[in-house]
Amino acid sequence: MPDISTVLSGIKLDNPIIPASGAFGFGQEFARLYDINVLGSFSFKGTTLERRFGNPTPRIAECREGMINSVGLANPGIEAVISEELPELKKIFHKPVIANISGFSIDEYKYCCEKVDKEDQVGIIEVNISCPNVHAGGMAFGTSPDAAAEVTAAVKSVTHKPVYMKLSPNVTDITAIAKACASAGADGISLINTLLGMRIDIKRGKPVVANKMGGFSGPAIFPVAVRMVYQVYEAVKLPIIGIGGISTAEDVIEMMMAGASAVEIGAANLTDPYVCPKIIEALPGLCEKLKIEKLTDIIGKAHN
Amino acid sequence: MIQLEEIMTILSNEKIAADVYKMELSGNTELVSMPGQFVNIKVPGFYLRRPISICDYEPGKLTIIYKLVGNGTDAMSKMQAGDELNMLMGLGNGFNTELSGEYPLLVGGGVGTPPIYGLAKRLVAQGKKVSVVLGFASKQDVFYQEKFSELNENTTGGSCKVYVATVDGSFGTKGFVTNCLDEIEEISHYYACGPIPMLKALIAKLDERQKDIPGQLSFEERMGCGFGACVGCSIDTKSGYKKVCKDGPVFMSSDIVI
Repeated sequence: MPDISTVLSGIKLDNPIIPASGAFGFGQEFARLYDINVLGSFSFKGTTLERRFGNPTPRIAECREGMINSVGLANPGIEAVISEELPELKKIFHKPVIANISGFSIDEYKYCCEKVDKEDQVGIIEVNISCPNVHAGGMAFGTSPDAAAEVTAAVKSVTHKPVYMKLSPNVTDITAIAKACASAGADGISLINTLLGMRIDIKRGKPVVANKMGGFSGPAIFPVAVRMVYQVYEAVKLPIIGIGGISTAEDVIEMMMAGASAVEIGAANLTDPYVCPKIIEALPGLCEKLKIEKLTDIIGKAHN
Repeated sequence: MIQLEEIMTILSNEKIAADVYKMELSGNTELVSMPGQFVNIKVPGFYLRRPISICDYEPGKLTIIYKLVGNGTDAMSKMQAGDELNMLMGLGNGFNTELSGEYPLLVGGGVGTPPIYGLAKRLVAQGKKVSVVLGFASKQDVFYQEKFSELNENTTGGSCKVYVATVDGSFGTKGFVTNCLDEIEEISHYYACGPIPMLKALIAKLDERQKDIPGQLSFEERMGCGFGACVGCSIDTKSGYKKVCKDGPVFMSSDIVI
Protein backbone atom coordinates (compact mmCIF):
# COMPACT_ATOMS: atom_id res chain seq x y z
CA MET A 1 0.00 0.00 0.00
CA PRO A 2 1.58 3.32 -1.05
CA ASP A 3 2.04 5.92 1.69
CA ILE A 4 -0.10 8.93 0.77
CA SER A 5 0.59 10.93 3.94
CA THR A 6 2.39 14.26 3.81
CA VAL A 7 3.73 16.90 6.19
CA LEU A 8 3.17 20.66 6.43
CA SER A 9 5.49 22.47 8.87
CA GLY A 10 5.76 19.44 11.13
CA ILE A 11 2.03 18.67 11.02
CA LYS A 12 1.43 15.23 9.60
CA LEU A 13 -1.55 14.91 7.25
CA ASP A 14 -3.05 11.47 6.45
CA ASN A 15 -3.24 12.61 2.84
CA PRO A 16 -2.57 15.82 0.91
CA ILE A 17 -6.25 16.63 0.25
CA ILE A 18 -7.47 19.89 1.81
CA PRO A 19 -10.72 21.59 0.75
CA ALA A 20 -9.90 25.21 -0.03
CA SER A 21 -11.22 28.19 1.86
CA GLY A 22 -14.49 29.49 0.47
CA ALA A 23 -15.58 26.15 -0.96
CA PHE A 24 -16.17 24.31 2.30
CA GLY A 25 -17.70 26.80 4.74
CA PHE A 26 -16.94 25.61 8.28
CA GLY A 27 -17.38 21.97 7.33
CA GLN A 28 -21.01 21.52 8.41
CA GLU A 29 -22.55 21.20 4.94
CA PHE A 30 -20.12 18.45 3.96
CA ALA A 31 -20.24 16.65 7.31
CA ARG A 32 -23.85 15.74 6.40
CA LEU A 33 -22.58 14.11 3.22
CA TYR A 34 -19.49 12.19 4.36
CA ASP A 35 -17.11 11.75 7.29
CA ILE A 36 -14.89 14.80 6.79
CA ASN A 37 -12.22 13.22 8.99
CA VAL A 38 -11.04 11.38 5.87
CA LEU A 39 -9.57 14.72 4.71
CA GLY A 40 -5.95 15.72 5.26
CA SER A 41 -7.27 18.95 6.76
CA PHE A 42 -9.47 21.78 5.53
CA SER A 43 -9.16 25.52 5.23
CA PHE A 44 -12.19 27.24 6.69
CA LYS A 45 -14.13 30.15 5.18
CA GLY A 46 -12.06 33.35 4.92
CA THR A 47 -12.66 35.21 8.16
CA THR A 48 -12.43 38.94 8.79
CA LEU A 49 -12.76 41.13 11.87
CA GLU A 50 -16.34 42.18 11.10
CA ARG A 51 -19.30 40.09 9.95
CA ARG A 52 -19.75 40.57 6.19
CA PHE A 53 -22.66 40.07 3.78
CA GLY A 54 -20.20 40.25 0.91
CA ASN A 55 -20.90 41.75 -2.50
CA PRO A 56 -24.38 42.27 -3.97
CA THR A 57 -25.94 39.28 -5.80
CA PRO A 58 -25.79 37.79 -8.40
CA ARG A 59 -22.26 36.78 -7.55
CA ILE A 60 -21.77 33.51 -9.44
CA ALA A 61 -21.17 33.06 -13.18
CA GLU A 62 -20.63 29.98 -15.33
CA CYS A 63 -17.44 29.70 -17.42
CA ARG A 64 -16.07 27.02 -19.71
CA GLU A 65 -14.46 24.51 -17.34
CA GLY A 66 -14.79 26.91 -14.46
CA MET A 67 -16.73 29.59 -12.67
CA ILE A 68 -16.52 33.15 -11.46
CA ASN A 69 -17.46 34.13 -7.93
CA SER A 70 -17.68 37.59 -6.45
CA VAL A 71 -18.80 36.49 -2.99
CA GLY A 72 -16.53 39.05 -1.33
CA LEU A 73 -15.52 37.39 1.95
CA ALA A 74 -19.00 36.83 3.32
CA ASN A 75 -18.39 35.48 6.83
CA PRO A 76 -19.76 35.70 10.39
CA GLY A 77 -16.78 37.73 11.70
CA ILE A 78 -13.92 36.51 13.91
CA GLU A 79 -15.79 36.63 17.24
CA ALA A 80 -18.66 34.47 15.97
CA VAL A 81 -16.25 32.10 14.23
CA ILE A 82 -14.44 31.53 17.51
CA SER A 83 -17.47 31.40 19.79
CA GLU A 84 -19.90 29.56 17.48
CA GLU A 85 -18.30 27.91 14.45
CA LEU A 86 -15.17 26.42 16.01
CA PRO A 87 -16.96 24.69 18.93
CA GLU A 88 -19.40 23.16 16.41
CA LEU A 89 -16.53 22.17 14.17
CA LYS A 90 -14.79 20.43 17.05
CA LYS A 91 -17.69 18.00 17.24
CA ILE A 92 -17.32 16.86 13.64
CA PHE A 93 -13.64 17.30 12.75
CA HIS A 94 -10.87 15.88 14.89
CA LYS A 95 -7.76 16.99 13.04
CA PRO A 96 -5.89 20.29 12.96
CA VAL A 97 -7.79 22.78 10.78
CA ILE A 98 -6.37 25.59 8.66
CA ALA A 99 -7.66 29.02 9.71
CA ASN A 100 -8.02 31.30 6.69
CA ILE A 101 -7.77 34.94 7.73
CA SER A 102 -8.37 38.08 5.67
CA GLY A 103 -8.17 41.74 6.51
CA PHE A 104 -8.52 45.30 5.33
CA SER A 105 -5.59 46.63 7.35
CA ILE A 106 -2.43 45.26 8.95
CA ASP A 107 -4.05 45.66 12.37
CA GLU A 108 -7.07 43.63 11.30
CA TYR A 109 -4.89 40.76 10.10
CA LYS A 110 -2.96 40.91 13.36
CA TYR A 111 -6.09 41.00 15.50
CA CYS A 112 -7.69 37.99 13.79
CA CYS A 113 -4.47 35.94 13.79
CA GLU A 114 -3.88 36.67 17.45
CA LYS A 115 -7.39 35.36 18.13
CA VAL A 116 -7.02 32.11 16.18
CA ASP A 117 -3.54 31.60 17.65
CA LYS A 118 -5.28 30.73 20.93
CA GLU A 119 -7.42 28.02 19.33
CA ASP A 120 -6.03 24.49 19.79
CA GLN A 121 -7.93 23.19 16.78
CA VAL A 122 -6.04 25.52 14.46
CA GLY A 123 -2.92 23.84 13.08
CA ILE A 124 -1.94 26.39 10.46
CA ILE A 125 -2.93 29.99 9.82
CA GLU A 126 -3.43 30.74 6.15
CA VAL A 127 -3.29 34.46 5.50
CA ASN A 128 -5.29 35.55 2.49
CA ILE A 129 -3.56 38.49 0.80
CA SER A 130 -5.17 37.66 -2.51
CA CYS A 131 -8.95 38.11 -2.47
CA PRO A 132 -9.86 39.74 -5.80
CA ASN A 133 -13.36 40.57 -4.62
CA VAL A 134 -12.89 43.33 -2.08
CA HIS A 135 -11.91 46.87 -2.99
CA ALA A 136 -9.69 47.80 -0.09
CA GLY A 137 -7.18 45.35 1.29
CA GLY A 138 -7.42 41.74 0.15
CA MET A 139 -5.47 41.44 -3.04
CA ALA A 140 -3.85 44.87 -2.58
CA PHE A 141 -1.57 43.27 0.05
CA GLY A 142 -0.73 40.42 -2.27
CA THR A 143 0.31 42.40 -5.32
CA SER A 144 3.22 44.31 -3.78
CA PRO A 145 6.25 42.50 -2.30
CA ASP A 146 6.64 45.17 0.40
CA ALA A 147 3.01 45.01 1.52
CA ALA A 148 3.08 41.19 1.46
CA ALA A 149 6.18 41.22 3.64
CA GLU A 150 4.61 43.72 6.01
CA VAL A 151 1.52 41.54 6.55
CA THR A 152 3.68 38.44 6.99
CA ALA A 153 5.91 40.06 9.62
CA ALA A 154 2.94 41.54 11.47
CA VAL A 155 1.14 38.22 11.63
CA LYS A 156 4.27 36.30 12.62
CA SER A 157 4.73 38.67 15.54
CA VAL A 158 1.43 37.55 17.12
CA THR A 159 1.43 33.78 16.61
CA HIS A 160 3.60 30.73 17.10
CA LYS A 161 1.52 28.66 14.70
CA PRO A 162 2.83 28.08 11.18
CA VAL A 163 1.81 30.95 8.89
CA TYR A 164 1.10 30.24 5.22
CA MET A 165 0.65 33.25 2.97
CA LYS A 166 -2.00 32.72 0.26
CA LEU A 167 -0.87 34.44 -2.90
CA SER A 168 -2.69 36.01 -5.81
CA PRO A 169 -1.90 34.98 -9.39
CA ASN A 170 -2.84 38.50 -10.53
CA VAL A 171 0.77 39.73 -10.42
CA THR A 172 3.62 40.16 -12.90
CA ASP A 173 6.15 38.16 -10.89
CA ILE A 174 4.82 35.62 -8.38
CA THR A 175 8.35 34.74 -7.23
CA ALA A 176 9.00 38.31 -6.00
CA ILE A 177 5.94 38.13 -3.73
CA ALA A 178 6.82 34.63 -2.50
CA LYS A 179 10.41 35.68 -1.71
CA ALA A 180 9.18 38.75 0.17
CA CYS A 181 6.91 36.56 2.32
CA ALA A 182 9.74 34.08 2.92
CA SER A 183 12.16 36.79 4.04
CA ALA A 184 9.53 38.20 6.40
CA GLY A 185 9.26 34.83 8.13
CA ALA A 186 6.42 32.94 6.39
CA ASP A 187 6.39 29.21 7.16
CA GLY A 188 4.77 28.24 3.90
CA ILE A 189 3.06 29.50 0.75
CA SER A 190 -0.45 28.70 -0.50
CA LEU A 191 -1.11 29.41 -4.16
CA ILE A 192 -2.97 30.30 -6.27
CA ASN A 193 -6.09 32.22 -5.33
CA THR A 194 -8.56 32.96 -8.15
CA LEU A 195 -7.71 34.84 -11.33
CA LEU A 196 -9.58 38.10 -11.82
CA GLY A 197 -12.16 37.39 -14.51
CA MET A 198 -15.39 38.64 -16.04
CA ARG A 199 -18.40 37.42 -18.00
CA ILE A 200 -20.92 39.57 -19.90
CA ASP A 201 -24.51 38.49 -20.51
CA ILE A 202 -24.86 39.22 -24.24
CA LYS A 203 -28.66 39.40 -24.04
CA ARG A 204 -28.58 42.21 -21.47
CA GLY A 205 -25.22 43.64 -22.52
CA LYS A 206 -24.19 43.75 -18.85
CA PRO A 207 -21.74 41.86 -16.63
CA VAL A 208 -23.23 38.64 -15.22
CA VAL A 209 -22.15 39.31 -11.64
CA ALA A 210 -23.33 42.47 -9.90
CA ASN A 211 -19.79 43.38 -8.86
CA LYS A 212 -18.82 43.22 -12.57
CA MET A 213 -15.64 41.18 -11.99
CA GLY A 214 -14.86 38.20 -9.84
CA GLY A 215 -12.47 35.37 -9.12
CA PHE A 216 -12.11 32.78 -11.89
CA SER A 217 -11.54 29.21 -10.67
CA GLY A 218 -12.03 25.63 -11.78
CA PRO A 219 -10.16 23.21 -14.09
CA ALA A 220 -9.54 25.98 -16.64
CA ILE A 221 -6.98 27.64 -14.33
CA PHE A 222 -5.10 24.44 -13.43
CA PRO A 223 -2.20 24.97 -15.89
CA VAL A 224 -1.65 28.50 -14.54
CA ALA A 225 -1.57 27.14 -10.99
CA VAL A 226 0.90 24.36 -11.88
CA ARG A 227 3.19 26.90 -13.55
CA MET A 228 3.14 29.26 -10.57
CA VAL A 229 3.70 26.49 -8.01
CA TYR A 230 6.64 25.33 -10.15
CA GLN A 231 8.11 28.85 -10.17
CA VAL A 232 7.63 29.44 -6.45
CA TYR A 233 9.18 26.03 -5.61
CA GLU A 234 12.37 27.21 -7.29
CA ALA A 235 12.24 30.65 -5.69
CA VAL A 236 11.77 29.77 -1.99
CA LYS A 237 12.62 26.86 0.27
CA LEU A 238 9.23 26.68 1.96
CA PRO A 239 6.46 24.08 1.87
CA ILE A 240 3.81 24.90 -0.72
CA ILE A 241 0.09 24.17 -0.73
CA GLY A 242 -0.85 23.96 -4.41
CA ILE A 243 -4.28 25.34 -5.28
CA GLY A 244 -6.12 26.00 -8.54
CA GLY A 245 -8.47 23.83 -10.57
CA ILE A 246 -7.53 20.50 -9.01
CA SER A 247 -10.34 18.01 -9.66
CA THR A 248 -8.78 14.53 -9.93
CA ALA A 249 -6.10 12.33 -8.30
CA GLU A 250 -3.99 12.86 -11.45
CA ASP A 251 -4.15 16.63 -10.85
CA VAL A 252 -2.90 16.09 -7.28
CA ILE A 253 0.13 14.12 -8.51
CA GLU A 254 0.88 16.76 -11.15
CA MET A 255 0.66 19.58 -8.62
CA MET A 256 2.94 17.76 -6.18
CA MET A 257 5.47 17.09 -8.93
CA ALA A 258 5.44 20.85 -9.60
CA GLY A 259 6.45 21.38 -5.97
CA ALA A 260 3.40 21.24 -3.71
CA SER A 261 3.56 19.34 -0.38
CA ALA A 262 -0.23 19.28 -0.21
CA VAL A 263 -3.11 20.59 -2.29
CA GLU A 264 -6.29 22.53 -1.73
CA ILE A 265 -9.43 21.80 -3.71
CA GLY A 266 -11.98 24.55 -4.23
CA ALA A 267 -14.47 24.78 -7.09
CA ALA A 268 -14.59 21.00 -7.64
CA ASN A 269 -16.36 20.59 -4.27
CA LEU A 270 -19.21 22.74 -5.53
CA THR A 271 -19.98 20.70 -8.64
CA ASP A 272 -19.28 17.34 -6.98
CA PRO A 273 -19.67 17.50 -3.19
CA TYR A 274 -18.01 14.08 -2.88
CA VAL A 275 -14.92 14.93 -4.96
CA CYS A 276 -12.45 14.98 -2.02
CA PRO A 277 -13.25 11.50 -0.65
CA LYS A 278 -13.27 10.22 -4.25
CA ILE A 279 -9.76 11.59 -4.83
CA ILE A 280 -8.50 10.23 -1.49
CA GLU A 281 -9.85 6.82 -2.45
CA ALA A 282 -8.28 6.98 -5.92
CA LEU A 283 -4.80 8.13 -4.79
CA PRO A 284 -3.30 4.80 -3.56
CA GLY A 285 -4.27 3.01 -6.78
CA LEU A 286 -2.87 5.79 -8.91
CA CYS A 287 0.38 5.80 -6.88
CA GLU A 288 0.72 2.06 -7.46
CA LYS A 289 0.17 2.53 -11.18
CA LEU A 290 2.85 5.24 -11.28
CA LYS A 291 5.15 3.19 -9.02
CA ILE A 292 5.10 5.84 -6.29
CA GLU A 293 5.74 4.21 -2.90
CA LYS A 294 5.70 7.40 -0.87
CA LEU A 295 3.78 10.45 -2.06
CA THR A 296 6.27 12.84 -0.44
CA ASP A 297 8.99 11.43 -2.73
CA ILE A 298 7.43 13.16 -5.74
CA ILE A 299 7.30 16.70 -4.29
CA GLY A 300 9.11 18.86 -6.83
CA LYS A 301 10.00 15.84 -8.98
CA ALA A 302 9.48 17.82 -12.20
CA HIS A 303 12.46 20.02 -11.30
CA ASN A 304 15.07 17.26 -11.52
CA MET B 1 -24.30 10.29 5.71
CA ILE B 2 -26.48 11.39 2.82
CA GLN B 3 -26.01 10.49 -0.82
CA LEU B 4 -27.34 13.65 -2.51
CA GLU B 5 -26.21 12.57 -5.94
CA GLU B 6 -28.70 10.56 -7.98
CA ILE B 7 -28.62 9.40 -11.59
CA MET B 8 -32.10 9.96 -12.97
CA THR B 9 -33.43 8.63 -16.28
CA ILE B 10 -35.49 10.89 -18.51
CA LEU B 11 -38.97 9.51 -19.22
CA SER B 12 -40.17 12.48 -21.31
CA ASN B 13 -39.04 16.00 -22.19
CA GLU B 14 -41.59 18.14 -23.98
CA LYS B 15 -42.32 21.77 -24.74
CA ILE B 16 -45.45 22.95 -22.91
CA ALA B 17 -45.35 26.73 -23.58
CA ALA B 18 -43.09 29.29 -25.27
CA ASP B 19 -39.52 28.34 -24.23
CA VAL B 20 -40.90 26.25 -21.35
CA TYR B 21 -40.24 22.51 -21.09
CA LYS B 22 -41.55 19.77 -18.84
CA MET B 23 -39.26 16.87 -18.01
CA GLU B 24 -40.32 13.70 -16.22
CA LEU B 25 -37.64 11.45 -14.77
CA SER B 26 -37.48 8.11 -13.02
CA GLY B 27 -35.15 7.31 -10.14
CA ASN B 28 -34.79 7.63 -6.40
CA THR B 29 -36.71 10.62 -5.02
CA GLU B 30 -36.48 9.67 -1.33
CA LEU B 31 -34.56 12.83 -0.47
CA VAL B 32 -37.38 15.11 -1.63
CA SER B 33 -39.35 15.85 1.51
CA MET B 34 -41.45 18.93 0.77
CA PRO B 35 -42.84 20.97 -2.15
CA GLY B 36 -40.71 23.99 -3.08
CA GLN B 37 -37.40 22.12 -2.91
CA PHE B 38 -35.12 21.98 -5.95
CA VAL B 39 -32.62 19.75 -7.73
CA ASN B 40 -29.20 20.82 -9.01
CA ILE B 41 -28.55 19.28 -12.40
CA LYS B 42 -25.21 18.44 -14.01
CA VAL B 43 -25.83 19.19 -17.69
CA PRO B 44 -23.19 17.42 -19.80
CA GLY B 45 -20.70 19.95 -21.18
CA PHE B 46 -21.28 22.63 -18.54
CA TYR B 47 -19.29 23.29 -15.38
CA LEU B 48 -21.79 24.51 -12.80
CA ARG B 49 -24.95 22.61 -12.06
CA ARG B 50 -28.36 24.13 -12.95
CA PRO B 51 -30.74 24.60 -10.01
CA ILE B 52 -34.32 23.80 -11.11
CA SER B 53 -37.36 23.76 -8.84
CA ILE B 54 -39.26 20.53 -8.37
CA CYS B 55 -42.77 20.69 -9.82
CA ASP B 56 -43.99 17.34 -8.51
CA TYR B 57 -42.62 14.17 -6.99
CA GLU B 58 -43.71 10.71 -5.96
CA PRO B 59 -41.72 7.59 -5.09
CA GLY B 60 -39.56 6.79 -8.13
CA LYS B 61 -40.69 9.75 -10.22
CA LEU B 62 -39.80 13.43 -10.50
CA THR B 63 -41.30 16.23 -12.62
CA ILE B 64 -39.48 19.47 -13.35
CA ILE B 65 -40.49 22.40 -15.53
CA TYR B 66 -37.79 24.72 -16.78
CA LYS B 67 -37.47 27.73 -19.02
CA LEU B 68 -34.93 27.93 -21.79
CA VAL B 69 -32.84 30.88 -20.62
CA GLY B 70 -29.32 30.05 -21.78
CA ASN B 71 -26.97 27.43 -23.16
CA GLY B 72 -27.39 25.01 -20.24
CA THR B 73 -31.18 24.86 -20.39
CA ASP B 74 -30.96 24.78 -24.21
CA ALA B 75 -28.85 21.62 -23.93
CA MET B 76 -31.38 20.17 -21.45
CA SER B 77 -34.23 20.84 -23.88
CA LYS B 78 -32.51 18.66 -26.49
CA MET B 79 -32.19 15.64 -24.20
CA GLN B 80 -34.40 12.65 -24.87
CA ALA B 81 -36.23 9.85 -23.11
CA GLY B 82 -33.70 7.28 -21.92
CA ASP B 83 -30.92 9.86 -21.39
CA GLU B 84 -29.52 10.08 -17.87
CA LEU B 85 -28.99 13.16 -15.72
CA ASN B 86 -26.82 13.43 -12.61
CA MET B 87 -28.54 15.61 -10.03
CA LEU B 88 -28.27 16.59 -6.39
CA MET B 89 -31.68 15.73 -4.98
CA GLY B 90 -34.07 17.35 -2.57
CA LEU B 91 -32.13 20.54 -1.93
CA GLY B 92 -33.31 23.49 0.09
CA ASN B 93 -36.05 24.29 2.52
CA GLY B 94 -39.44 24.16 0.79
CA PHE B 95 -43.00 25.27 1.57
CA ASN B 96 -44.35 24.42 5.00
CA THR B 97 -47.87 23.04 4.41
CA GLU B 98 -48.72 22.92 8.11
CA LEU B 99 -49.11 26.71 8.26
CA SER B 100 -51.64 26.95 5.40
CA GLY B 101 -54.91 27.28 7.34
CA GLU B 102 -58.16 26.35 5.55
CA TYR B 103 -57.96 28.90 2.70
CA PRO B 104 -54.43 29.13 1.35
CA LEU B 105 -53.67 31.45 -1.55
CA LEU B 106 -50.98 30.21 -3.95
CA VAL B 107 -49.39 32.62 -6.44
CA GLY B 108 -47.05 31.68 -9.28
CA GLY B 109 -45.46 34.07 -11.75
CA GLY B 110 -44.14 32.59 -15.02
CA VAL B 111 -41.68 29.78 -14.28
CA GLY B 112 -42.35 30.43 -10.60
CA THR B 113 -45.47 28.30 -11.22
CA PRO B 114 -43.97 24.75 -11.09
CA PRO B 115 -43.26 24.49 -7.32
CA ILE B 116 -46.71 25.98 -6.69
CA TYR B 117 -48.25 22.94 -8.40
CA GLY B 118 -46.58 20.41 -6.09
CA LEU B 119 -47.71 22.53 -3.16
CA ALA B 120 -51.32 22.83 -4.41
CA LYS B 121 -51.52 19.06 -4.90
CA ARG B 122 -50.48 18.43 -1.31
CA LEU B 123 -52.74 21.08 0.19
CA VAL B 124 -55.77 19.80 -1.75
CA ALA B 125 -54.92 16.28 -0.54
CA GLN B 126 -55.12 17.66 2.98
CA GLY B 127 -58.64 18.91 2.22
CA LYS B 128 -57.76 22.61 1.97
CA LYS B 129 -59.75 25.14 -0.09
CA VAL B 130 -56.95 26.36 -2.31
CA SER B 131 -56.99 29.46 -4.54
CA VAL B 132 -54.29 29.57 -7.19
CA VAL B 133 -53.38 32.73 -9.09
CA LEU B 134 -51.00 32.39 -12.01
CA GLY B 135 -49.44 35.26 -13.93
CA PHE B 136 -47.88 35.09 -17.38
CA ALA B 137 -46.84 37.59 -20.04
CA SER B 138 -49.11 36.28 -22.77
CA LYS B 139 -51.31 33.36 -23.84
CA GLN B 140 -48.36 31.54 -25.43
CA ASP B 141 -46.61 31.48 -22.04
CA VAL B 142 -49.48 29.94 -20.08
CA PHE B 143 -49.03 26.40 -18.80
CA TYR B 144 -50.48 24.04 -16.20
CA GLN B 145 -53.71 25.92 -15.49
CA GLU B 146 -55.68 22.78 -16.45
CA LYS B 147 -53.45 20.60 -14.25
CA PHE B 148 -54.34 22.81 -11.28
CA SER B 149 -58.07 22.54 -12.17
CA GLU B 150 -57.80 18.75 -12.31
CA LEU B 151 -56.90 18.76 -8.62
CA ASN B 152 -60.62 19.37 -7.96
CA GLU B 153 -61.31 15.74 -8.83
CA ASN B 154 -60.58 14.34 -5.40
CA THR B 155 -62.19 12.66 -2.45
CA THR B 156 -60.59 14.72 0.29
CA GLY B 157 -63.07 17.60 0.26
CA GLY B 158 -60.27 19.88 -0.87
CA SER B 159 -60.68 22.24 -3.81
CA CYS B 160 -58.51 24.23 -6.18
CA LYS B 161 -59.85 27.37 -7.81
CA VAL B 162 -57.58 28.73 -10.54
CA TYR B 163 -57.25 32.33 -11.74
CA VAL B 164 -54.94 33.34 -14.58
CA ALA B 165 -53.72 36.83 -15.50
CA THR B 166 -51.73 37.77 -18.59
CA VAL B 167 -50.02 41.11 -19.01
CA ASP B 168 -51.39 41.59 -22.54
CA GLY B 169 -54.83 40.22 -21.71
CA SER B 170 -54.64 37.43 -24.31
CA PHE B 171 -55.65 34.85 -21.69
CA GLY B 172 -57.67 35.26 -18.47
CA THR B 173 -57.66 38.56 -16.62
CA LYS B 174 -55.69 41.40 -18.24
CA GLY B 175 -52.88 42.57 -16.01
CA PHE B 176 -50.95 41.04 -13.13
CA VAL B 177 -51.61 38.45 -10.43
CA THR B 178 -52.64 41.29 -8.14
CA ASN B 179 -55.59 42.04 -10.47
CA CYS B 180 -57.13 38.67 -9.54
CA LEU B 181 -56.97 38.99 -5.77
CA ASP B 182 -60.29 40.82 -5.33
CA GLU B 183 -62.14 37.74 -6.57
CA ILE B 184 -60.81 35.66 -3.69
CA GLU B 185 -62.94 35.79 -0.57
CA GLU B 186 -60.85 34.23 2.14
CA ILE B 187 -57.08 34.01 2.57
CA SER B 188 -55.64 32.23 5.62
CA HIS B 189 -52.03 32.07 4.43
CA TYR B 190 -50.23 32.78 1.18
CA TYR B 191 -47.44 31.11 -0.76
CA ALA B 192 -45.72 32.74 -3.75
CA CYS B 193 -42.95 32.09 -6.22
CA GLY B 194 -42.10 34.52 -9.01
CA PRO B 195 -40.08 37.59 -9.92
CA ILE B 196 -39.23 40.09 -7.15
CA PRO B 197 -41.49 42.87 -8.57
CA MET B 198 -44.41 40.41 -8.47
CA LEU B 199 -43.64 39.46 -4.86
CA LYS B 200 -43.44 43.14 -3.86
CA ALA B 201 -46.73 44.01 -5.57
CA LEU B 202 -48.39 40.98 -4.01
CA ILE B 203 -47.26 41.86 -0.49
CA ALA B 204 -48.42 45.48 -0.94
CA LYS B 205 -51.82 44.39 -2.26
CA LEU B 206 -52.38 41.84 0.50
CA ASP B 207 -51.37 44.42 3.08
CA GLU B 208 -54.07 46.80 1.79
CA ARG B 209 -56.60 44.04 2.14
CA GLN B 210 -55.74 42.83 5.62
CA LYS B 211 -52.66 43.47 7.73
CA ASP B 212 -50.39 40.60 8.65
CA ILE B 213 -51.63 37.71 6.57
CA PRO B 214 -48.79 35.20 7.10
CA GLY B 215 -47.03 33.98 4.00
CA GLN B 216 -44.09 32.15 2.50
CA LEU B 217 -42.04 33.36 -0.46
CA SER B 218 -39.72 31.39 -2.70
CA PHE B 219 -36.62 33.12 -4.09
CA GLU B 220 -34.36 32.52 -7.04
CA GLU B 221 -30.62 33.29 -7.18
CA ARG B 222 -27.56 32.30 -9.17
CA MET B 223 -25.94 29.49 -7.22
CA GLY B 224 -22.50 27.95 -7.13
CA CYS B 225 -23.20 24.72 -5.26
CA GLY B 226 -26.88 24.58 -4.21
CA PHE B 227 -26.15 23.01 -0.81
CA GLY B 228 -24.80 25.85 1.33
CA ALA B 229 -21.06 25.60 0.79
CA CYS B 230 -20.06 28.53 -1.42
CA VAL B 231 -22.23 31.32 0.03
CA GLY B 232 -22.85 32.58 -3.50
CA CYS B 233 -26.60 33.13 -3.03
CA SER B 234 -26.91 35.13 0.20
CA ILE B 235 -30.00 37.09 1.12
CA ASP B 236 -30.43 39.60 3.92
CA THR B 237 -33.28 38.77 6.30
CA LYS B 238 -34.59 40.21 9.54
CA SER B 239 -32.91 37.33 11.35
CA GLY B 240 -29.53 37.80 9.64
CA TYR B 241 -27.80 36.78 6.45
CA LYS B 242 -29.21 33.57 5.00
CA LYS B 243 -28.39 31.26 2.09
CA VAL B 244 -31.10 31.04 -0.58
CA CYS B 245 -30.04 27.47 -1.44
CA LYS B 246 -29.96 26.01 2.05
CA ASP B 247 -32.02 28.20 4.41
CA GLY B 248 -34.41 28.90 1.51
CA PRO B 249 -35.43 29.05 -1.27
CA VAL B 250 -38.63 29.47 0.76
CA PHE B 251 -38.62 32.06 3.54
CA MET B 252 -41.39 33.37 5.79
CA SER B 253 -42.54 36.70 4.31
CA SER B 254 -42.29 38.26 7.81
CA ASP B 255 -38.54 37.51 7.75
CA ILE B 256 -37.84 39.05 4.36
CA VAL B 257 -36.43 42.46 3.48
CA ILE B 258 -37.30 43.28 -0.14
